[in-house]
Amino acid sequence: MNTVVCIKRVPDSEARIKVAPDGQSIDPTGLKFIVSPYDEFAVEAALRLKEQSGGGETVALTLGDAAAGEQVRSVLAMGADRAIRLDGEGSPDGLSVARALASELRELGPDLILFGMKAMDDDQQQVGPMVAELLGLPCVTVVAELEAEDGKVLCHREIEGGTEVVELELPAVVTVTKGPYEPRYPSLKGIMAAKKKPLEEKPAEVPASRIKVRRYSEPPARPEGKIVGEGPDAVPELVRLLRDEAKVL
Amino acid sequence: MSRILAIAEQRDGALKRISQEVVTAARQVADGIGGEVDVVVVGAAGIGAAAKALGNYGADRVLAVEHEALGAYSPESYTKAIADQVQAGDYFAVLFPATAVGRDLAPRVAARLDVPLASEATALEIEGEELVIRRPVYAGKAFVDLTLDAAPRIVSVRANIFRAHESPREATVETVAAEPQPSKARVREVHAGAGDKPDVAEATVVVAGGRGLKDPENWKILEDLADALGDGVALGASRAVVDAGWRPHAEQVGQTGKVVSPQLYFAVALSGAIQHLAGMRTATTIVAVNKDPDAPIFKVADYGIVGDAFEVIPRLADEIRNARG
Repeated sequence: MNTVVCIKRVPDSEARIKVAPDGQSIDPTGLKFIVSPYDEFAVEAALRLKEQSGGGETVALTLGDAAAGEQVRSVLAMGADRAIRLDGEGSPDGLSVARALASELRELGPDLILFGMKAMDDDQQQVGPMVAELLGLPCVTVVAELEAEDGKVLCHREIEGGTEVVELELPAVVTVTKGPYEPRYPSLKGIMAAKKKPLEEKPAEVPASRIKVRRYSEPPARPEGKIVGEGPDAVPELVRLLRDEAKVL
Repeated sequence: MSRILAIAEQRDGALKRISQEVVTAARQVADGIGGEVDVVVVGAAGIGAAAKALGNYGADRVLAVEHEALGAYSPESYTKAIADQVQAGDYFAVLFPATAVGRDLAPRVAARLDVPLASEATALEIEGEELVIRRPVYAGKAFVDLTLDAAPRIVSVRANIFRAHESPREATVETVAAEPQPSKARVREVHAGAGDKPDVAEATVVVAGGRGLKDPENWKILEDLADALGDGVALGASRAVVDAGWRPHAEQVGQTGKVVSPQLYFAVALSGAIQHLAGMRTATTIVAVNKDPDAPIFKVADYGIVGDAFEVIPRLADEIRNARG
């Protein structure tokens, strides 16, 4: 099975996010960058599918500037066979990103296109299903585990009050959430091998953003809270405050 | 072009509570531009009659796309049904609920109509003739104000932010013919889970636990507190306990889990890592119970008790049962 996994370079989840003084961007100073965690789950799912189906190619695809090469190399070190970096700036407009990715994906024509269920920076959770729509492919979102079954994949996903298994005809798009498998750490051998794997770079064609950013701001500070007391003896006062002051009981 | 379209969501023929919130948000925008509110609801026969009640929250007209094959969500059929209504209506803005279904559906509708989508809005303001949308980024570590240079403006709104507000009127109901679409995705099996607790991202009350609870068995004290608080209370979890395999990822609150804004959030025996705080700091009231008086969770909590969860939580469940009578 030939799979393309779309990945994104994002700030680490432990990062403190500071707004630039002009309010027009996030201050990148001192930020550590990683592969968006849900994208790593997608890479792991792709590698497992390949192992299970006994063949095919796993391609990592990203849209980003030269710095994103670091994240692409780490996905190659995990075990992807080759990578393509569409050289360009991302966009706050998910549909512009989806169009840039879709034109490359149309050429690649894989059996399966995987995304993390959302990128951990913009949190828009939209590019995967948009790509599916642009390519006229079926799509299942927020899938925890994938299994190959001739010409299909089985998607295990959580639904309200339970889980379901969706049978999906290929070619298709799937967005991946955390599942039963931790993303593998690149081995030293994997890291060495990654240096020799093909990394193709080509200019990205990203349509102009129609999402116009006015300004970024930091979240409002929460009002100073109070420590009601220590131990179970403080409980009656807490319940009184929740009922009479916060009025939430 | 002064109509706003609110997308209502149903499950098993009953409207979901968030539909009231989406209509409330749509009413607010419509009032800002002197417009009217339409609602589209897709479902089995009879769903239009159920959606008439959205008039209480400011809907002027309900468009019910009814078909026996549309009782359950299908991406292909729902995308077509809603995109057709959006195209027919010349709307200023279209608001979706940011639910599991809405997050699947809104991007498809936006892509089909070739317009951008602003996801997970937490505020909508009319400034002059423009709709200014505020939404969190980095799971709430920052916010961005933006406008959409397209028509219609497609937005999904986060649960529990636009609190349902009555603005009663007599909504008309029109039934629209549906054309179910074939799908290449087929649900093969459904497994019922242990409980029927609501999604942590949509619940109005969340009881969340962390590693200080020491063992997954000990979640029973949180389940008992949730029961004491009444119906519709969801359980939440820190990343540490999900990584340890104690709780499902669906319950994880934070930057690598769900971002929640309930009216009441209990943080029990969890320290409050920055990525957890990002996911719950917009809750209206936060209660923290932790042994460590220096735990970061106390910096965002409205009310804190320093103490052992195994002593405090059972007592809290008892006192809440008494208070609720």
